[in-house]
Amino acid sequence: MDALTAVERRYLKSATPEFRPGDTLRVHVKIKEGDKERVQAFEGVCIRRRRAGARSTFTVRKVSYGIGVERIFVLHSPLIEQIEVVKRGRVRRSRLYYLRDLAGKKARIRSRDGA
Amino acid sequence: MAEGILGQKVGMTAIFTAEGQQIPVTVVSTRGNKVLGKRTEQRDGYTALILGFGDKSAKRASKPELGFFKKGELVDGAEGAETVKRHIREFRIDGATLEKFQVGESFAADRLFKEADRVDVTSTSKGRGFTGVMKRWNYRGKHAGHGTHEYFRHGGSLGSNTYPAHVFKNKGMPGQYGNERVTIQNLKVVGIDAEQGLLLIQGGIPGPNGCIVQVKRAIKKRH
Repeated sequence: MDALTAVERRYLKSATPEFRPGDTLRVHVKIKEGDKERVQAFEGVCIRRRRAGARSTFTVRKVSYGIGVERIFVLHSPLIEQIEVVKRGRVRRSRLYYLRDLAGKKARIRSRDGA
Repeated sequence: MAEGILGQKVGMTAIFTAEGQQIPVTVVSTRGNKVLGKRTEQRDGYTALILGFGDKSAKRASKPELGFFKKGELVDGAEGAETVKRHIREFRIDGATLEKFQVGESFAADRLFKEADRVDVTSTSKGRGFTGVMKRWNYRGKHAGHGTHEYFRHGGSLGSNTYPAHVFKNKGMPGQYGNERVTIQNLKVVGIDAEQGLLLIQGGIPGPNGCIVQVKRAIKKRH
């Protein structure tokens, strides 16, 4: 597996913020429109992390105009300019799929500050 | 002609292009390919390169094998710990290219291929044992409702009765699946690591990690 890690290392970002499922993130994504490029932010709760070297992903869920929207980001993609941790949340499992069935006050997550 | 090289499948990962596109790649290690001999027009009636890959203790080699290595002075390693190549294959190449290789020299994929080349990859696929028609031939099986009884993963009828009165050739039936020689054509080389002798090939290739693969220049592509 060593050769594999060596290949991957060249494509990994040197620094990604430490975050966990339950944290609220603001992800700055580069978007190409024609020949213009701009940065858009997607803010929501991280409901899943997949740790798999260069193929690592995380899923961010937000509720937009009453509609739940989930976006899967490739952690090491050059299209992701910045990941901001807005809030740290305390949750008791690694996959927060149960949030899909909850809305409003029920979908809140306890804060993990100071932990 | 289809010059080629031996390698070992390391595993799969992903790389990114400058535009941010993620490309799935299989990493193949080709370091330690050694020219063990040549087939020439005069002597053999065709031209080819005999390549060896991977090491094994000389003690593990059979007498005739050892004789072959000793004759060409191809035994590696320190005294008392001699090694010979474990896998030996021939690759057909044209006479002009053959001239460029010396018997006894070692090389890796960067000698033959460059980025954006197309290659054919051959290896032995993962063995799946005796499998049913759904996995082996992608039959649909039968639905689970409407009174189906103990007949969910079967292939159904094999054909008609009076005419044609026999089962057609190539009818998909259960049997051994996998563990066979498989070639995937026209795979794209997306990266080469000359230092490590690594070849990055877009997409998957047959066989488990660690298996021996043959990488040849694609025969159905103009170069």
